[in-house]
Amino acid sequence: MAVEYSWPTKEESKVIGTSPDRLDGTAKATGAAKYTYDTNPPKLLIARGLGCPHGHCRILDIDTTAAEKVPGVVHVHVLQKPRVGDDGKPIQPEIEWEGELLAVVSAETEAAAAEGVAKIKLDFEPLDVFVDDEDLAGAEKAGRTSKGGGKVQLENEPGEDDDEDEFAEKEINRLLGDAKHVVEGYYGIRPITHCCLEPHGSVCSWEGDKLSAHLSTQNVSGTDEQFANALKIAAGDVHVECQYIGGGFGSKFAPDYWAIAAAEISKATGRPVKLMLTRDQELKLGGNRPSGYLKVRLGADADGMVTVWDSQHWGTGGGRGGVVGHGVIPYIFRPKNYRRVATAIKTNCAPARAWRAPDHPQACAISQTAYDDLAAKMGVDSYDIFLKNLANIDSNQKAEVYAAEMAIAARLMDWKAKWHPHGKGKAQGSVVEGLGMAIHTWQGVANNSNCMLRIHPDGSIESFCGTQDLGTGTRTICAMVLAETFGVSIDSVKINIGSSKYPESGASGGSTTVGAVSESHRRAGQDALAKLAEVVAAKLEVDAASIVAKDGRVGSKDDTAKSLSWKEACSLLGHKALEVTASYKRGAQGSPLSNAGVGGVQMAHVAVDRETGVVRMKKFVAVQDMGLIINPKLAESQILGAMIMGIAYALFEERITDSKTGQFVNAELSDYKLPRLGDIGELVVELYEPESERSRGVIGLGEPPVISPGAAISNAVCNALGVRVPVLPLTPKRVVEALAAKT
Amino acid sequence: MKRLTGDASSGRAASGFSRREFLRGSGAAAAATALAGASQVAAAEGDERGDGVVRGKVTIVLDVNGAKHEVQAQPRTTLLDVLRNQLNLTGAKPVSADPSSGAATVLIDDKPACAASTLVLQAVGKKIRTVESLGGAKLDAVPAAFTSADAEQCGFCTPGFVVAVRAFLNEHPKATDEQVRSGLNGNICRCGTYANIIRAISIVRGG
Repeated sequence: MAVEYSWPTKEESKVIGTSPDRLDGTAKATGAAKYTYDTNPPKLLIARGLGCPHGHCRILDIDTTAAEKVPGVVHVHVLQKPRVGDDGKPIQPEIEWEGELLAVVSAETEAAAAEGVAKIKLDFEPLDVFVDDEDLAGAEKAGRTSKGGGKVQLENEPGEDDDEDEFAEKEINRLLGDAKHVVEGYYGIRPITHCCLEPHGSVCSWEGDKLSAHLSTQNVSGTDEQFANALKIAAGDVHVECQYIGGGFGSKFAPDYWAIAAAEISKATGRPVKLMLTRDQELKLGGNRPSGYLKVRLGADADGMVTVWDSQHWGTGGGRGGVVGHGVIPYIFRPKNYRRVATAIKTNCAPARAWRAPDHPQACAISQTAYDDLAAKMGVDSYDIFLKNLANIDSNQKAEVYAAEMAIAARLMDWKAKWHPHGKGKAQGSVVEGLGMAIHTWQGVANNSNCMLRIHPDGSIESFCGTQDLGTGTRTICAMVLAETFGVSIDSVKINIGSSKYPESGASGGSTTVGAVSESHRRAGQDALAKLAEVVAAKLEVDAASIVAKDGRVGSKDDTAKSLSWKEACSLLGHKALEVTASYKRGAQGSPLSNAGVGGVQMAHVAVDRETGVVRMKKFVAVQDMGLIINPKLAESQILGAMIMGIAYALFEERITDSKTGQFVNAELSDYKLPRLGDIGELVVELYEPESERSRGVIGLGEPPVISPGAAISNAVCNALGVRVPVLPLTPKRVVEALAAKT
Repeated sequence: MKRLTGDASSGRAASGFSRREFLRGSGAAAAATALAGASQVAAAEGDERGDGVVRGKVTIVLDVNGAKHEVQAQPRTTLLDVLRNQLNLTGAKPVSADPSSGAATVLIDDKPACAASTLVLQAVGKKIRTVESLGGAKLDAVPAAFTSADAEQCGFCTPGFVVAVRAFLNEHPKATDEQVRSGLNGNICRCGTYANIIRAISIVRGG
């Protein structure tokens, strides 16, 4: 009998939609949870890397003699060795960003490893450095730019004989000329880092030809093969394990060359090796987000409907170039006529990595600010401009959902009562307040996932899935889905994740995990229940199709007298456990369990001191849809966390790079500014789950709420001051400078 | 490896250099203050190389979570290094070498301190408590509230925060929200659990 996969209705659900505590909460809160960094096998060697001190240089010599003599140092591994080629000419590695690891010292203690690194003598020749990604003209002059693509969309078609580019130029100028309101704006957002609190790294050891790697990764099932390819061994001979990961945010999909080095050093020394990046290496190498800067001319009609958008934007993804994709410009809003052009800049900074909702936060921050400036120019409420322009959007969510979410957010913010025209609020001394908003979208499709499930004759339930918990509460989600399916409590389910030995499950990236594990665990659960139903039905002499599992019992839904306790039902399995494996393939059309495409609205209320330039968060509201919500408490935590990460990049954090040496000068947490507990103001979250959304199935949530904060907070500051502070983060210096430039 | 011999009265170890010189040699002014009254550490016996720097390895006794532990230390060894790598107490985390992240917060004589920037020799003779002492069979109210308020995501900052909150509430059991928001800014969370930490604290206060 084919099983029809489905979720119980809201009314039928006993577990889904409730908020049990996360299963590993106490382990995390008492230090019992063991992360990669906490793994201490016997005979462990502690390794530390030497980072390149210059943004662009040629390595002439790496002398490790003194390092090798440091007491406690066991092994020195050179990654970038200058040598003489077959033709007799010197081969000197060219390093293109600061921090790149050149050598690794392994020692008995951390201190000895650090001393060993300090004793390495490095000889290098500095080369030209370019890091100023905001300076487009400078980048062009330095030959650091490349085309990032673009698109022209016009209502009127060019004639047969027209040159397309000339026609577009003329047509856009005509539309801007006809526009009732024109905004010419400049907006930007600086590069930031992932700054995982647990740095990238691994603990590697060998047993014969088999590698065991504890790896801080958001890709347990995919990294065994990456190790295998790099080390030229079979994937089956690699075991990757990650029970807990101290932050990833899109930066931990691969072992990286430093985990490969750890494996090689372990092989060479015959001892387990722990190689974690230091804090500054984590900020320099562990991942960063591309910057974005945009110049735009925007035209609107008398009602504030945007009729034409003409933008050029640029930025850098670091040492391999890259720029925010033009496809997300202008963000969500898509007037009938637009032209957008992107330029990528290559700098001497480490290459960018996927940062939570790649491209979206930057696109939102550099384009929905222009829509707010239209409201400022017209002297009308930004809410009305956003609402009106929902008529022209390109989004994974529908305009009417945004409108409904805007109304809820406005009520929670008390927007209408608090709003004032830009720069026209009442000042309290030097402090002025303001409101701003933004909207966002994301896919959140469920990733591939396999789940192996065992139901034992004693009634115990175990599941095995090669997924991982980034902090989402993945274990708890898996347990809730199975508990709901079998009508048992969540603590009677044993969830096993975080090992590449388990059935494959996709990487946790792009809000794909909760959908993935909900799919695989629900499918496995329903498949297993169907098999159990057959033996229970035979015993009870009822139709197997009538069997349901709820409230700890398995029995006929038609005759409540005919039922067994969960334990009794499982005892019918005999001596062998019932074992099923269920599989979900990403992109499977029409799955009743998961879906893709969400929206959300955020509104910020800030206070700005015009004298000091300090921006304080007063209140921040998020309204978010995500289809069916498994655990509202965990969902709310995700959104709160995203809002705080948004406050971080809107007001505090940025990578600052020295233009002469390419050095990342604030790569320690004392200098890389992040918000603290006292910096967040009042945060309000509304989970938007009407039946029309719930019935769509599970959709991922990790990325979407981190998208809007930059634009919403920038718009609130602009509403307070009546002046746009163009570039995020809105530090006191930038606020004061923007005010000075205006007066 | 040399063994640290306790002789508080002489203040002079067999090798003939004084405690005062050792402390000056270690370059840690704070250590001097901390060690002056610690009778367990009378002197560190080490290799004097004529540059005033002691490089010897010594055995010391630490009082951690109510139990005494013999551990190895050099003058440069941090308390965090010993806790994590010798005692396998990995709750305190190595997030920053200085106290700016708060992830390595432990209690030393009931006061919050950064184990990453405390030399282990400074901790001799003091009562050290780590986050692990708040767990186990008798779960402390603070980690319990962190769980029920979901004040944790990846969890890497959580142990440091739990200890900081425990210390803060010991000092200010009736702290207002305003005091909480101004008094717990020594710890960084990258996942953004601050709002739920504030909730967790209100659960502990209410209970």
